[in-house]
Amino acid sequence: MSVEQALVGAPDGEGPKAATRHVSRSVTLTIGCVLVGVIVLVAVVSLFWLPFAPEDTSGGRLMPPGAPHLLGTDKLGRDLLTQLMIGARIALAAGAGSVVLGGAIGIVAGLAAGFATRWLDDVVSALLDILIAFPTLLLAMLVAATQAASLTSAIVAIGLAMSAIVARLTRVLVKRVLAHDFITAARTSGTSWPRVVLEHVVPNIWPTVSVNLALQFGLAVLAEASLSYLGLGAPPPNASWGRMLQEAQASVFIAPVGVIAPGVLIVVLVIGVNLVADGFRDVADPTRRRRR
Amino acid sequence: MTAYLLRRTAFLVVSLLLAAVVLFLLLRLLPGDPANSLLSVGATPEQIEAARHQIGTDRPLPEQFVSWLGRLATFDLGESFVSTLPVGPEIAARLVVTVPLTLLSFVLAVVVAVPVGFVAAHKANTWYGSVLSGVSQLGIAVPVFWVGMLLVTVFSLSLRVLPAGGFPQDDWADPAKALTSLTLPVVTIALVMSASLIRYVRSATLDVLGSDYLRTSRALGSSFARAMWRHGLRNAVVPVISILGIELASTFLGAVVVESVFALPGLGGMLVKGLAQHDYPVIQGILFVSTLVVLVIGFAADLVQRLIDPRLRHSLARDVR
Repeated sequence: MSVEQALVGAPDGEGPKAATRHVSRSVTLTIGCVLVGVIVLVAVVSLFWLPFAPEDTSGGRLMPPGAPHLLGTDKLGRDLLTQLMIGARIALAAGAGSVVLGGAIGIVAGLAAGFATRWLDDVVSALLDILIAFPTLLLAMLVAATQAASLTSAIVAIGLAMSAIVARLTRVLVKRVLAHDFITAARTSGTSWPRVVLEHVVPNIWPTVSVNLALQFGLAVLAEASLSYLGLGAPPPNASWGRMLQEAQASVFIAPVGVIAPGVLIVVLVIGVNLVADGFRDVADPTRRRRR
Repeated sequence: MTAYLLRRTAFLVVSLLLAAVVLFLLLRLLPGDPANSLLSVGATPEQIEAARHQIGTDRPLPEQFVSWLGRLATFDLGESFVSTLPVGPEIAARLVVTVPLTLLSFVLAVVVAVPVGFVAAHKANTWYGSVLSGVSQLGIAVPVFWVGMLLVTVFSLSLRVLPAGGFPQDDWADPAKALTSLTLPVVTIALVMSASLIRYVRSATLDVLGSDYLRTSRALGSSFARAMWRHGLRNAVVPVISILGIELASTFLGAVVVESVFALPGLGGMLVKGLAQHDYPVIQGILFVSTLVVLVIGFAADLVQRLIDPRLRHSLARDVR
């Protein structure tokens, strides 16, 4: 197993006993899509309808689940279900925002490094190694703390940290594609470099990169939860699942739902995304399909 | 090997220098004035100027950088803007908590993950093989601080068998007491970490199980155990070691969040406080020490890998990294 596999996430079994796995692949993809779909649906619904106003504290503090508060209320008397629904929005925004930012910067930088001359390539990859040596969370904490903490600062921080990982993966993949004869063939038959990138390089690296981006989405959701747990994410009144957990921690016995529900939702979303990535790996990469 | 060692060491030193530059610049280029943390709301411009002068942020950036780097060379990490105490000794005191926490979690995670990962691969098409894979899939999706919260709820608040947090004032004077307070944090980190490790061990084992050399060895009459011991293990362990390096480094840093769940007086708590106060020397110091640790672990993992795998030693791989 090489570094790039490490970056893509643990590869799953291609061993001799993987014969039955093709069937379970589509099951994996389906379960993943359902889990992610549920969270997306909740987030979309929350844009149009919420059980209570987010700031409505009239329900009394730490009420147990029941009518009219289906999941009870938090320590300020806000409806928990409402907060959870808004949290879905924030988690998805954090994941999507970081992936778009980190993916864009990372892919462009990785392409550039992949094409660069030896000297420039060495400098860029050394820089990337150092950036990766700062783990995502620390880098994110640094960025989040120097600005006023907000969802945007969390997204920027996670996205920047992610871009180093994406860039390194892209660079390795580009190098590998460029070594192929079909690139030389395309060049000698007069294809310009930009067209080579668009027609040969990008289609060849995209399957691996997109699967990695999906896994990074899950990691970004976890990172955002950790940041807001530490108070470095979206500030109140935005209900981030991480901050909800932090706030509910003290009243775990009076209102256990407050500690359980946000955590379960984080797990559902991240598992869903990971399963989609696993299943998508086969759909997106024809070479893997043929091998079976 | 000597040439490789020299090149790898040079790379380590250059990385560290670059890390110092990146760290320094990143912190200064981002918005936020550390002088504010010394002042109350509504300070006069003169007071702000005086505060900036006191902590030295009124000097030109290159000058600040050179003075920081110069002191760094003598292992002097400067003094906190807020408490004016030297950062280095404070970090050293905090490491007394963070390093044992990291190492214990790491060892526990490896002890759990290696056999479980092996079984998950070896028995991949049995029901418990699938269950093990499923559980590890679950483990990589769980926020580590949430696991900590749940464990505290069960073992500290309900069963009252372990402390919910904190660390003895006198550190390791009473090892049993210190270990007790580290039990839950260690289990928390190890649980989450072993989940991802299991996946790597499993895939490395699957690679070996599908290999021609193992089949050949079996065909020549070796028992499965003997073939695995003589050929399989050595091959499977190489990729796992590079992952172990990465995992050890991330455990060290993942401790940041877990320390805050369990109110442990480690590096993490110090960093969170430093960040809140814009205390640049504290933040810089911790991140620099952390980067140093991460880079040294990577260095060590590379060396061990070379020692184990003669193919790496003898190949003319020009890629230092």
